[in-house]
Amino acid sequence: MNVHEYQAKEILARYGVPVAGGGVATSAEEARQIAEKIGGPVVVKAQIHAGGRGKGGGIKLAKNAAEASEIAHEYYLGLLVDRARSRLTIMASAEGGVEIEKVAAETPEKIIRAEIFPAAGFSPYVARPDQVKQFVALLAGCVRCFTEMDCSLVEINPLILTPEGKLFALDAKVNFDDNALFRHPDVREMRDIHEEDPLEVEASKSDLNYIKLEGGQVGCMVNGAGLAMSTMDIIQLAGGKPANFLDVGGGASKETVSKAFGILMRDEDVKAVLVNIFGGIVRCDRVAEGIIAAAKEVHIGVPLVVRLQGTNAREARQLLEASGLKLTVAETLDEAARKVVAAVGGAA
Amino acid sequence: MSILVDAATRVVVQGMTGGEGSFHTKQMVEAGTRVVAGVTPGKGGTKHEGIPVFDTVAEAVKATGANASAVFVPQAFAADAILESVDAGVPLVVAITEGIPVLDMLRVKNAIGESGRTRLIGPNCPGIITPGRCKIGIMPASIFAPGTVGVLSRSGTLTYEAVDQLTKIGLGQSTAIGIGGDPIIGSPFTSLLPLYEADVQTEALVLIGEIGGSAEEEAAAWIQSHMTKPVVAFIAGATAPPGRRMGHAGAIISGGKGTAAEKKAALRAAGIAVVDSPAEIGATVARLLGRA
Repeated sequence: MNVHEYQAKEILARYGVPVAGGGVATSAEEARQIAEKIGGPVVVKAQIHAGGRGKGGGIKLAKNAAEASEIAHEYYLGLLVDRARSRLTIMASAEGGVEIEKVAAETPEKIIRAEIFPAAGFSPYVARPDQVKQFVALLAGCVRCFTEMDCSLVEINPLILTPEGKLFALDAKVNFDDNALFRHPDVREMRDIHEEDPLEVEASKSDLNYIKLEGGQVGCMVNGAGLAMSTMDIIQLAGGKPANFLDVGGGASKETVSKAFGILMRDEDVKAVLVNIFGGIVRCDRVAEGIIAAAKEVHIGVPLVVRLQGTNAREARQLLEASGLKLTVAETLDEAARKVVAAVGGAA
Repeated sequence: MSILVDAATRVVVQGMTGGEGSFHTKQMVEAGTRVVAGVTPGKGGTKHEGIPVFDTVAEAVKATGANASAVFVPQAFAADAILESVDAGVPLVVAITEGIPVLDMLRVKNAIGESGRTRLIGPNCPGIITPGRCKIGIMPASIFAPGTVGVLSRSGTLTYEAVDQLTKIGLGQSTAIGIGGDPIIGSPFTSLLPLYEADVQTEALVLIGEIGGSAEEEAAAWIQSHMTKPVVAFIAGATAPPGRRMGHAGAIISGGKGTAAEKKAALRAAGIAVVDSPAEIGATVARLLGRA
């Protein structure tokens, strides 16, 4: 889960990390009042989740830029989990203030990495090469924040060094591990659904894993994440474009199938739907009953191709064919992809 | 032969009396698995489905000689359950639970490394099966058949799809393992590949990867320098947009890294047969084994 910059700074401040002063304004008048309280030149930063705010015009200097030279240097500091090594990793660079991905790609030697051994936790020696007491405290705060709040990313870019030798976070980004939100209800409340696709928000309420894809026409409904991705891939191989990723869960009950159709039918880009369910423990005939029931509740106004494979697949096909529903039944993955792409008028 | 589990494997199910644990215990027994014990704190001394229930894994191991554990414990308590099995010296732990916090797994993984006596499969995985002999997990046993093809995968239902293709063209499986879809897992590809290479029953291997991380690239390097058996690989997520988590917690392209294209290129460079279409997995294995 992602939060806004001001929320990230509030959280880091709780762990003793010095952050640039500021406040949240929802109107020009409020912004003026906050600016007066801070004094001096201020920066107005749009609170959106997307990166590259500066380039997009989301960051404006309210007075002349002269005073901005109070910055002696801009550093980068980031904490994340190195999945290959199963360690919490600290990344730091003297090349702050720019996109760190760019530094990593062009001049990887300018990024310093340090690992934290989980059993030992953070020890000041990890940060000591920099010889800066302030930095040790700041980094310790970041590590504590990361581990106590179940973060997936803590990033300070830029970390500012003033001519007086003071370090503070000018910008901050904190992401949280979705799997751990159950033990951080306060973080869950920071979720800003306006930053998300409305259909994705709707789907998440029904515990459906849905991601809208730009420029696609074939809606997909699949059980299991790996099979859902593969279904998108095979649609593309057949000459079509998938409109979404949708994992209805390993089970795929009547209720989830019905809700999933509801989501797919609200996407105007969808010109045909492919249902690809591998019935394992869940029997295909039960899934077929779910599809038939859902078709009665949700108006499916586009061609529908259904492929049910696995336990009781034959019975499922008989049920679908006897239902009188206007749909095309497919047996193999290949056949399903070809048929749905033909239905949207693509290559077949 | 097979790898890790066979007819002699004695399984303790952690969380056996819960909904999921109870249902899948029955399914595992039907698939031929010797489930010898269940563990639910507070229910020790009772029986469930005719199987004795214990308060702790250590008691279950002592009383029944269990040498493998299946974890069906909810996400908030799953790390504790895995650590309990590690502490009790269980050599194989299969964690089915989805949604365990990453930092919990970081702790677990490093604790296992220190203990040096437990292998963890999962979490967030369908489990492990040696068809006809032992199933620890949630996969539908009916689509599997005993045979000579090993299956190693980061996915659940996509594994079933591949196995179904194999079984339908007459190719049974030696042992199939779902390693899990999380960023931190107990056994990455490279830790299991040597077992398949050494297993006399396994003639060929299907490797199913997906976007995110670098496990497939590491597997490619190991296969190139050590593996003598034919390998067929598929990578899911060629059409996945960068920066989005595709269902599995570990399936994300970040900073332009972990794409399907990169992984396929690494596997092809290692001489592995990579199929672009998931529909061609079974037929390609048959062709490589000269049975098409």
